Amino acid sequence: MIDPTFVELSRWQFAATALYHFLFVPLTLGISWLLVIMETVYVMTGKEIYKDMTKFWGKLFGINFAIGVTTGLTMEFEFGTNWSYYSHYVGDVFGAPLAIEGLMAFFLESTFIGLFFLGWDKLSKRKHLAVTFFTALGSNLSALWILIANGWMQNPVGSVFSPETMRMEMQSFAAVVLNPVAQVKFVHTVAAGYVTGSVFVMAISAWYILKGRDLAFARRSFAVAVGFGLAASLSVIVLGDESGYELGDVQKVKLAAIEAEWKTEPAPASFTLFGFPDQASRETIGAVKLPWALGLIATRSLDKPVVGLEDLTKTHEDRIRSGKIAYGALAEIRAGDKSSETRATFDAHAKDIGFGLLLKQFVEDPTQATDAQIKAAAEGTIPTVWPLFWAFRIMVGLGFLMLFVFAAGFWLNATKRLEQNRWLLWMAVVMLPAPWIACELGWFVAEFGRQPWAIGEVLPTFLATSSLTTGDLIFSLAGFLTFYTSLLVIEMFLMVKFARRGPSSLGTGRYHFERDGLTAAPAE
Amino acid sequence: MLDYETLKLVWWGLVGALLMGFAITDGMDMGVGTLLPFVARTDTERRIAINTVGPHWDGNQVWFITAGGAIFAAWPAVYAAAFSGFYMAMLLVLFALFFRPVGFDYRSKIDDPTWRNAWDWGLFAGGAIPALIFGVAFGNLLQGVPFRLDDLLRVHYQGSLLTALLPLLNPFALLAGVISLAMLAVHGGVWLQLRASGDVETRARALVVRLAPMVAIAFALAGLWLWVGIDGYRIVSEPAHGALPDPLAKEVVRAPGAWLDIYTAMPIAILAPAIGLIGPLMTAALAGAGRPAAAFVTSAIGMVGIIATAGLSMFPFVMPSSLDPRSSLTIWDAPSSHLTLTVMFWAVVIFLPIVLGYTVWCYANMWGRVTADEIEARSHSAY
Repeated sequence: MIDPTFVELSRWQFAATALYHFLFVPLTLGISWLLVIMETVYVMTGKEIYKDMTKFWGKLFGINFAIGVTTGLTMEFEFGTNWSYYSHYVGDVFGAPLAIEGLMAFFLESTFIGLFFLGWDKLSKRKHLAVTFFTALGSNLSALWILIANGWMQNPVGSVFSPETMRMEMQSFAAVVLNPVAQVKFVHTVAAGYVTGSVFVMAISAWYILKGRDLAFARRSFAVAVGFGLAASLSVIVLGDESGYELGDVQKVKLAAIEAEWKTEPAPASFTLFGFPDQASRETIGAVKLPWALGLIATRSLDKPVVGLEDLTKTHEDRIRSGKIAYGALAEIRAGDKSSETRATFDAHAKDIGFGLLLKQFVEDPTQATDAQIKAAAEGTIPTVWPLFWAFRIMVGLGFLMLFVFAAGFWLNATKRLEQNRWLLWMAVVMLPAPWIACELGWFVAEFGRQPWAIGEVLPTFLATSSLTTGDLIFSLAGFLTFYTSLLVIEMFLMVKFARRGPSSLGTGRYHFERDGLTAAPAE
Repeated sequence: MLDYETLKLVWWGLVGALLMGFAITDGMDMGVGTLLPFVARTDTERRIAINTVGPHWDGNQVWFITAGGAIFAAWPAVYAAAFSGFYMAMLLVLFALFFRPVGFDYRSKIDDPTWRNAWDWGLFAGGAIPALIFGVAFGNLLQGVPFRLDDLLRVHYQGSLLTALLPLLNPFALLAGVISLAMLAVHGGVWLQLRASGDVETRARALVVRLAPMVAIAFALAGLWLWVGIDGYRIVSEPAHGALPDPLAKEVVRAPGAWLDIYTAMPIAILAPAIGLIGPLMTAALAGAGRPAAAFVTSAIGMVGIIATAGLSMFPFVMPSSLDPRSSLTIWDAPSSHLTLTVMFWAVVIFLPIVLGYTVWCYANMWGRVTADEIEARSHSAY
């Protein structure tokens, strides 16, 4: 039988290691393009300061990249080690984008990155720029394939369950790649990475300007960061809205949960700005609503309704009953029944087999499930609403805040009034943690909102685990906790040390801490 | 479009090729890590050794990642059973690998002997532990793994935690671990002889000359042991090779000497162990004669022979089950669907040559011996 503690621990381990990995990914995605921009200016103008910028921000990039690679290894292992049944059940579809990611993206990124750090003296200017470009391209392509894989977990298109092989099998590779959920998630995620990289460079540069040191270096870095960041944060918001539209189409539960839409409202639905969702009474207490907005975001229309959680639960109950029949037919087929009637029964209910599997949390054989168990399983298809509701709103709020700082920074910098407006520079410094919080909350909404499914409406999370024991999980969790805490301390120590020292850490003799006086004259 | 049976066979070859690519590239820097405490004593010497692989270790590591991803995509049943069945061993490999990316990048960022020494031991662990465990894993595959599949094809295993880990470390598996550790150390040593300078180069050469013959001896010993002391697995009846994969549809028996069936059925297969035996011996001779480039080639070919021997001996098994032989996974009943194998086949055909192309470009651009002068001149940017 299913051991709930073991399933919980497996989920905690995956969530913790994935969220931890994603502390480092967005910075890699973003800074890599900022490095391409800086180095392009260097190659075009020949000004050494842009080379120094590329090298210094590249140094911080490297500190982050190393730990990103380290924690990425875990993700490669973890589907097999901890989600063994998942790996068997969907590996036919899910494994392909991961393997292609290795072939097409990881190789590109990783083969060139060593030359980015160590090839300055061995490569011509143009060759080195090409190396930087391919590193950035590789890291972004890897995000593409990961999000194709993740998009399929959310919206499993292009595949069908096969009773003979007892797994999902790919029907159309093109459908998996062109999955609309994957496409909007990819652009939203990489743009969020660009915002992260931009905030990072902007905040640290603002701090140098506030300290009045290495001004020429800091001003140029700040300008590049706010320009890129402004464009990126606009994209994140527009594409996030596009995600909302996709959700309305294919992930109705997640959308309704994010919006705490308990009952189906008459179209066009209103958008709940704030409130306190209460799962027990199925009401949102103190809701402040914006008329029409949700209907417009989710359906791009004024007449289509957004289905509420209560109606979705009813639909799911029907699908569980259908899934129960599918499971019965499947069991007979697996036991050797080759009759066409059994096959026809299975085919008629095959799309609900995942819902039938939900019953396995209560009974070993879903065909024996009672009516009360079916109702309980249907209730379980609705995730807990309040964490999604709030996580989403904090993410969006931070997104708009960052957009404001980029826009103000861009405007003040363009009109040469940046240094007189120290409030903005301080605000830029304070913004530093914002993109990480927003990114982590974004992933939380995406994955917690998918529950109780590992693969949306196909494979329940509790079934997807390995046949390990709670003891195994405690051991591995302790190992991850020890390693990841130590690594984070070491990484932060190096990051802070080099960020404080600034471009003086390059050893060129041109920057603040390497000169005798404490003059802040531009180094050009 | 290739038929299903052919593709299943092709994918056995491709997974093998990716593992060989991993041994030749990433195995090289694992070997350098393993030898680090023995070939380099001063900080500059250590940096010379590290910087011979500095620009390349990350790209090399992708061979490992891609081999893992390819097993997930092409043999999901094997990925599911092996990674979770060897849970503790996998975690040990993973935790050891953690030391490499951060070790390479962080080691020389702080000028402090304690800091640098600690990372050097991390790089040693990150090279030696995975190298040993990979061999141990192969040693266990050859003896069968205690797992079984239920009706829904969920994997179950015998034991957990240490009770599952300790039996993995049996004498035959440890011998296989020694082969793998020694062959990667030799490979790394030859690379150091080719790219390092000064004492590092001399010490690496001396070590290769001593270690490489041991690889050949251990490999021969393991072959003998496999012949007389290890029961192999043999398929008694099975569905057509082109059929939909169903691991539970076959009959399997354990039999003494079954792992040598292939060499009588297909005598040409004997080439693999022959190459695996001659490769390390020639490597020792060429390294001793001061010809590291040629020695690197023979070392790589020798590893190809050794890995091919393991794969061929088990053919068509990939992961035999000692608990329930019928649950064993073979190249015929563990693969993905026809479509997925086709898509992945074309992905490899298109991208692998591109990867090889730019990998060669990168090595060519960074070529040359790493010297003490160079390290001191670039002390702020070198690893």
